[in-house]
Amino acid sequence: MRHFKEGIAALLLAASLTCAQGAAAQGTLRIGMTASDIPLTTGQTDQGGEGMRFMGYTVYDSLIEWDLTSADKPSVLIPGLATEWSVDAEDKTKWTLKLREGVTFHDGSPFTAADAVWNFDKLLVDTSEQYDSRQAAQGKSRIPAVASYSAVDDYTLEIITKTPDATLPYQLAWILMSSKANWEALDKDWEKVANTPSGTGPWKLEAFVPRERAELVPNEAYWDETRIPKLDKMVLIPLPEPNARAAALLSGQVDWIEAPAPDTIPAMTGNGFTISSNAYPHNWTWHLSRLEGSPWNDIRVRKAANLAIDREGMGALLGGLMVPAKGFLPPSSQWFGEPTFEVKYDPEAAKALLAEAGYSVENPLKVKALISPSGSGQMLPLPMNEYLQQSLAEVGIEVEFMVVEWNQMINLWRAGAADAAVEGAMSINFTYFIQDPFTGLIRHLSCDLIAPNGTNWGHYCDPEMQALFDEIKTTFDPEEQDKVLRKTHEKYVDDALFLMVTHDVAPRALSPKVKGFVQAQNWYQNFSSITME
Amino acid sequence: MFSYFLRRVILMLPVAFGVSVICFLLVQIAPGDPLTAIMPVDATADEQAAMRAIYGLDKPLPVQYAIWIGNLAQGDMGKSIATGRPVAGEVFGAVQNSLLLAASAAVIAFPIGIFLGFLAGYFRDTLLDRAVTAISIAGVSVPNYWLGIVLVIIFSVNLGWLPSMGAGPGGSQDWSWDWLHIRHLVLPAVTLAVVPIGIVARTVRALAGDLLTQDFVLALYAKGMSRGDVLRHVARNAAATALSVMGLQLGYLLGGSILIETVFNWPGSGFLLSNAIFQRDLPLLQGTILVLALFFVGMNLIVDVAQAAIDPRIKRS
Repeated sequence: MRHFKEGIAALLLAASLTCAQGAAAQGTLRIGMTASDIPLTTGQTDQGGEGMRFMGYTVYDSLIEWDLTSADKPSVLIPGLATEWSVDAEDKTKWTLKLREGVTFHDGSPFTAADAVWNFDKLLVDTSEQYDSRQAAQGKSRIPAVASYSAVDDYTLEIITKTPDATLPYQLAWILMSSKANWEALDKDWEKVANTPSGTGPWKLEAFVPRERAELVPNEAYWDETRIPKLDKMVLIPLPEPNARAAALLSGQVDWIEAPAPDTIPAMTGNGFTISSNAYPHNWTWHLSRLEGSPWNDIRVRKAANLAIDREGMGALLGGLMVPAKGFLPPSSQWFGEPTFEVKYDPEAAKALLAEAGYSVENPLKVKALISPSGSGQMLPLPMNEYLQQSLAEVGIEVEFMVVEWNQMINLWRAGAADAAVEGAMSINFTYFIQDPFTGLIRHLSCDLIAPNGTNWGHYCDPEMQALFDEIKTTFDPEEQDKVLRKTHEKYVDDALFLMVTHDVAPRALSPKVKGFVQAQNWYQNFSSITME
Repeated sequence: MFSYFLRRVILMLPVAFGVSVICFLLVQIAPGDPLTAIMPVDATADEQAAMRAIYGLDKPLPVQYAIWIGNLAQGDMGKSIATGRPVAGEVFGAVQNSLLLAASAAVIAFPIGIFLGFLAGYFRDTLLDRAVTAISIAGVSVPNYWLGIVLVIIFSVNLGWLPSMGAGPGGSQDWSWDWLHIRHLVLPAVTLAVVPIGIVARTVRALAGDLLTQDFVLALYAKGMSRGDVLRHVARNAAATALSVMGLQLGYLLGGSILIETVFNWPGSGFLLSNAIFQRDLPLLQGTILVLALFFVGMNLIVDVAQAAIDPRIKRS
């Protein structure tokens, strides 16, 4: 009997503890990420856009940041740790940045221009004491324009670029500032910094279990009062398996999951969960080989392929979570412009163009396409590509797939169309970040970035396009630069330089308890406005 | 016995060497590049080359292997390329979590498997035997990752009784033997136990059925021994073989739980291994495979020694 009573008492205790756990979740937001590990915590994050979203712009700041306050308009650059920046009127390689005064790192040390210089050295100078190969691997390639930098005084930073480059502010938005004082206090050891990092961001890392969880708490002393988090705590949990993520949300173990699988969405909405989504600078395309002999060199074939796809029909496959492509950039982009070629579904026009080019359903054009069965940002690559294969076959383009695993796909993306490893494939289905002029436009078609030097996979090189890229880099007035960017995108679309298919909408499933989230049209998000009901 | 034990331990060295060579070569053969996990796709060829040199990936394969094995001999398993953390810490932490899961699954599976197997063997060719056989075949045949998903839907999503993922409210580092943590273990351990229940039950059934028809059982009854005492003799005779099967199963439970750990987001060696494979994290992959292989060899050794201790007929020379 005594044992029975003890058993009952243990059960009651367990039940009360379970309830207590639920109660403790007030003010705590638990997020299931798609990443398989906690992103690098020392400053420059890994794990792509998700790493920057959860461990970058939360714990750290950059000199120039993205405006994440609006869901209705595309994000633009705003002052971060730098309050203003300008290029020298005489010497267009010389930039001056005025830094924000009164900003402190989480460890209490002040942020000054010397700290900014120290952080650039951390990434770019491999002989510096603070050089960190892991952060350098992530950050160095983000600031290709930077030649040198120096602290003019405590709150003035000077940056010299290799050539005049008006995209520098976009590049600087990648670079996150870690605390020198914290690194010194932790024996100048980045491994120790990883456990107790210090940035200037609105969140502080309180606890960290590699591969399992990270706990962030508000930085009450944050310099921007409007971005001091309202939550008590935000817990980040790596949940790479989509079913495990969905189950964790449905069973109440997390309050928010990134990228719910389309087939789980009815179960979520049926149980009161909400799906938040918005257009953002993401692209799902086929890059086309422009090597000699490639059938994609014929503009009629490129336009025909673009006209053969019923993008609205693909929406059913994705539970409606997509923005059908109207161009290379999403239609809501500030750089979309007014292209004359309308990207739409018109199979008859596609057949007519192919007939002009000498192909038909009876005499199809045969092409080989590189695709992956999965991968970060690839959405549902197998069914989506099969849908394309079927659509293209209906107008006279017969596609043979070469399917490779995601890690190898990245290598083949870097290798380019001419590499023997792609085995003659004439296109590659790859998805990516298109948030700034470089990642959005320049890197895909610039002559100096032909693979393997860069990610111009198809070896495209056109003097007119190159002149536009040069103009983007030498137009220092932001509004004028936007005009050049629009003109560039119009050429992208009018020349049908890619098979433009769709854009992801960054879906995330939220518990009804989550309030106040505004999903910006950006890869990064602001978590400071969120509360838990 | 001691010299036998010592010899077996020494024999583990060439096995470990063989395993290390095979796993090193296998991960090199697979297409892919560990740098993709740590560098943006826009990294230039020069930047990639510089990073390749930092991680020693630019050296010829035999040199890379020699450096790795040399460091290993000094107790240094290197650092993970993807995370920068020491491999030893990553692997032993994960193996500890997998051991917890495997041991829990074994605690569930072995008694149930033995009981069912003995029951079926004793009542051979009866309805009970067929029922146990059906259960064991189902246990072995049902894909356990599918079963895991079904259990999650029933007990986590619909009933809300048990958590669907993780190793406790504060992660595996805060593990303690209270209900808040144990409840995280229940579903993965039960799912993982299903296959060994089937295998152990089938083995014990065959052993018990065979032993019960042997002459010595008839002789024991003829001497007037009670049914319970006879069964005790049968159990002792079956124990050595059953133990060997269970030892192997424990090894499989530890190394073969990749899918279960993925379904339940359990931070064990399987989960670690699958991440290392996708990221081509060579040092982590090599370290994990090596530790798991050595655990398997060590488990075999323990089982052999235990067999000899239980059954004096098994001579070790």
